[in-house]
Amino acid sequence: MATITIGIMDPPYESANTPTAFRLVEAAIRKGHNVNVFCYEGATALGFAGQKPHANAVHGASLEEEDHPNPKEWVKSLLAFAGEKNVKLVWCNCGMCVDERGVENQVEGVCRGSPVDAWKYSEASDGVLLIGTE
Amino acid sequence: MSRYILIQSKSPWESGDVGHFYALARELGERGDVTFFLVQNGVMAARIGASDAGLDGILGGKVRVLADDFSLRERGIEAGSLKEGVRSGAIEEVVDLLAGGAKALWH
Repeated sequence: MATITIGIMDPPYESANTPTAFRLVEAAIRKGHNVNVFCYEGATALGFAGQKPHANAVHGASLEEEDHPNPKEWVKSLLAFAGEKNVKLVWCNCGMCVDERGVENQVEGVCRGSPVDAWKYSEASDGVLLIGTE
Repeated sequence: MSRYILIQSKSPWESGDVGHFYALARELGERGDVTFFLVQNGVMAARIGASDAGLDGILGGKVRVLADDFSLRERGIEAGSLKEGVRSGAIEEVVDLLAGGAKALWH
């Protein structure tokens, strides 16, 4: 079992980088590795509990039919999956970035830290990947 | 020998930096074990007929080039339509390299 740290910076709904990051985290958990995710800047909104699903008027789909997955649901699923696999998933937000965006209300299991924590996670990891913005 | 995993998420037609990333992979390949993983729009350059001298320059050399199978499916690209020297690969291969201590770079 290894420990992998992944840094994410893109905000939700902006970039294909986000689903790729989720896929990496899921694959690492499935393989039995511990994972640290450090969210910086806009990525701190990924776990914002205030996200709401919506209907799709263009396609005439109701809320239920649209079944739009908000990123907070993916974060919750990954945290739950790590629990099922008995591995550790730390999902840590940069606290200052959270405050700037007013996204303090996060789904359960998301913690608050600082770039110092990102450095500590990296130092203690076998592998580190930073997925930067443009 | 150092191991590297370079992940290219952009096509060469959306960012001029892509060419520099290919060049970095080629140079690292002279000194270490390099896997170049194409993901998202990065896989577009791997199609047979795609004009991208930068990618062509590292194919068949010391750099291992993989194209993310999920990104290929999203874009309707069959594994059989990839350039020689590019192999369809799973994101688990990136996880394996990270878990094994490879140095990772994302572009």
